[in-house]
Amino acid sequence: MDVLRNTEAKKGAKTKKQKRMNECKDVEAETSVQADSVEEEAAFPPNFSVSEIKNKQRRHFMFMKLKQEKRKRKLELKKKRKKEREALGDKAPPKEVPKTIENQRIYDETTVNPEDEEVAFDEGTDEFSSYFNRLTNPKVLITTSDRPRGRTVRFCEQLSTAVPDSHVYYRRGLALKRVIPQCISRGFTFLIVINEDRKVPNGMVLCHLPNGPTAHFKVSSVRLRKEMKRRGKDPTEHSPEVILNNFTTRLGHSIGRMFAALFPHDPQFIGRQVATFHNQRDFIFFRFHRYIFKNEKKVGIQELGPRFTLKLRSLQKGTFDSKYGEYEWVHKRHEMDSSRRKFHL
Amino acid sequence: MASKSQSCSIWVGSETGILKGVSLSKQQAFNFCEMSCLSRDQEVCVLEWGDPLESEVLVGCANGTVKAFSTEKGIFTESKECGDATQGKFTGLAMMDGSLVTCAESGILKVWKEGCTDTIEINVGNGVCRMRQNPSRRSQVATGGKENPLKVERSISPVSNMVKNDWLDLRVPVWVRDIGFIPDSDKIVTCTGYHQMRVYDPSSPQRRPVLEAEFGEYPLTALSLPASQGTVVVGNTHGQLAVLDLRKGLVRGCLKGLAGGVRGLQCHPTLPLVASCGLDRFLRVHSLEDRSLLHKVYLKSRLNCVLLSSRNLELSGADLSGEVEEVKQEGEEDGETDEVWDAMETVTDKTNKRATEKAAEENAVKGPKKRRKVAKK
Repeated sequence: MDVLRNTEAKKGAKTKKQKRMNECKDVEAETSVQADSVEEEAAFPPNFSVSEIKNKQRRHFMFMKLKQEKRKRKLELKKKRKKEREALGDKAPPKEVPKTIENQRIYDETTVNPEDEEVAFDEGTDEFSSYFNRLTNPKVLITTSDRPRGRTVRFCEQLSTAVPDSHVYYRRGLALKRVIPQCISRGFTFLIVINEDRKVPNGMVLCHLPNGPTAHFKVSSVRLRKEMKRRGKDPTEHSPEVILNNFTTRLGHSIGRMFAALFPHDPQFIGRQVATFHNQRDFIFFRFHRYIFKNEKKVGIQELGPRFTLKLRSLQKGTFDSKYGEYEWVHKRHEMDSSRRKFHL
Repeated sequence: MASKSQSCSIWVGSETGILKGVSLSKQQAFNFCEMSCLSRDQEVCVLEWGDPLESEVLVGCANGTVKAFSTEKGIFTESKECGDATQGKFTGLAMMDGSLVTCAESGILKVWKEGCTDTIEINVGNGVCRMRQNPSRRSQVATGGKENPLKVERSISPVSNMVKNDWLDLRVPVWVRDIGFIPDSDKIVTCTGYHQMRVYDPSSPQRRPVLEAEFGEYPLTALSLPASQGTVVVGNTHGQLAVLDLRKGLVRGCLKGLAGGVRGLQCHPTLPLVASCGLDRFLRVHSLEDRSLLHKVYLKSRLNCVLLSSRNLELSGADLSGEVEEVKQEGEEDGETDEVWDAMETVTDKTNKRATEKAAEENAVKGPKKRRKVAKK
C-alpha cells in the first residue's frame, strides 16, 4: 500500500488537493521526504516538464498551477520595481520603451525626405499633377466584377456614399479595356472595380484614368453599415476631409496621392466628415467617421460608412492592362515577405 | 564635378531627365543635370557611348535633343536637335564613323554627319521599339518593333528584310522589344513582347529564327549578352530577370530582387556582372556566376536606361605607355573595387554560401550512407 502511495506521490499530479493533503498526513516520516518533494514541484526531478504527464486532467491542473505561480512571481517583480522607482524618485532611470514591430522596422532607403528636390519634382510632374494643381476634379466610377452578389452590391453603394461624385454602374460582363476609353470620354478620373469571390468582395482595382497608374489591392474585413455598432446616421453629401497616415516610402507616397486624388480638393467642414486611410505594416485601413468637438480638447467621433482593409498587390504604370502593362511594383511574396520587420509602404 | 564623373562606372538615365552616375568604389550616386530647371520632356530615352574610349556619353531625350556629356569634364558639352517630339521618343543611338545615327519611334532612321547639315533618312516602318548597333561591325544596325519585323541595315544603303515565318500557317504577331548581336558570329538575338526569345541567322537562306524560346507570361523588355558565350539575360515587365541558354533555349536561372518592370539591362563586357534598372527606382548589379545581388542603389526617379563602362577591362590590361600616376590611381581603384566586392556582404550572399556549403556537406555525408545501404541490400 505504501509502495502504491509512494508511486502516486512520485507522479506528482493530484486532481484533488485534499487527497494529497490526506496522504501527506497519513504517510509516515519515511515518505515525508517524498511528500515534501511532491509539494515543491519546481525542485522535483530535474528536466521534468508538465507535458510529460500522460493524464490530461492532471496535466491541465499542473499547468494551471504553473501559470498561476508564474503570474504571481511577475506581479511581485513588478511591485518591487515600482517601489524601487518611487524610492529613487528623480534619480530613477527613464522607463524602457517596449519593442514593437513598428519600432523595430528595418529602415527603408526609399523613405521620402520632405526636402528632397528630385522627389518633389517627380511628384510635381507625375500623373496626379493635374489634380494637385487643381486643374481637374475627381469623378469616380465604381463597378464590380461580373454578376455581383448582394454583399458586394451593398458595399459598392455604401462606398459611393462615402466618396463624393461617384457613380455605381452594373458591369454587364464588359471587358475593362473597353470600359476605360468610354470612361475617359465621359470625363471620369477614377475607375474602381471591386472584385468578388464567393459572394464576398475580395479585391479592388483602382485605376486613375487618363493614363495614370493602376493599383490592385486585396480587400479583406469588409464591414457594412448594418454590422457596425454605435454608428451614426448615413453620411451626407458633403465632401469629407481626408487623413493619410504613415505613407512614408516612395511607393507609399504614390499610393497615398492616389487615395487623396479620389476626393475633391476642398473638404466641406460643415459636414464634419472624415475619411481615414491608415497604413500600418503594409495594410491600409479605411474608416469613415463623423466628428464633433465638444470643447477645445475633446472630440467625439461616430463611425459611419463602410470599413475595410486593403493590401497592395501591384502598382502598374499605365491604365489597366494586366498582360502587356509595365509594373512599377509587384508584391513578390517569397522575396519581400521574408523578414517580419520589413515593410514597403 | 570632374572627379565625380571620372569615378562613375555606371551611367543611368531617368524619366525626370537627370543623368545619374553611380560610382561603386565610392558607393555613391551623383546627379548630373544641366540646370536646376528640369522638365519631363527631357526624359532620357537612350544612353550610348560617344566614342570607343568611353569619354563621352550621348544622351537622347524625349523632346528630340541629343546631348553629349563628357565624363572627364563632368558637364554637358553639346546638344543637337535631332528631330522633334512628333516623331516619338528615341529608340536607338549609335556612332558610326564619326556620324550620329538616330532612330525614333515613328521609324525615321537618320544619319547626322559631323559638320554637315545633310542627313540621310531611311524609314524602317512605324512602331519601332529598338535600334541597336553591332559592336563588332560598326556599320551594321538592326531595328525592330511592334508589328515591325527585325531589319538589318548594312552600311546604310542596302536593306535586308528578315520577316519571321510562321510555321503553323497562322500569322504570329511580331513585337520585337530588344535586340542583341552575338559576337563572333552573324547571329542576332531578339526578345519580344509576347514573351519569346528568338535567334536569327542572316547568313542562312531561311528567314525563320534559328532558335525560339519562351520565358514567363509577361512581355520581355530588355536583353543583354554577357561576356561568356552561350547565354543571354532577359528581363520582363514583372521584374523577372532570367539567364537563358542559347543552345537549347532553356532557363539557366533567375536573378532575384527586382520589384518593377525592367527598363534597362547591360552586361559588363568582360566581368560576369549584369546591371539592371527599372521602374522600381533601383539600380541593381548582379553577379552572373552565382546569380547573387552585389549592389543595390536607390535612385529616386524611375530609370529608363543603363550604360556600363568597361573600365575594369582597361585596368586589368593597363598600358605602360600611360602616365605612371594614372596607372597607379587606376590600380588603386581596381584594388578598391575588388575590396569593395569582397567586403560586400549582403545577407543573401552569406546565407546562400552557407546553404550551399551545408547542402554540399549533407550530400557528402548522405552519399556514403546511401551507398552502404545499397551494398547491404
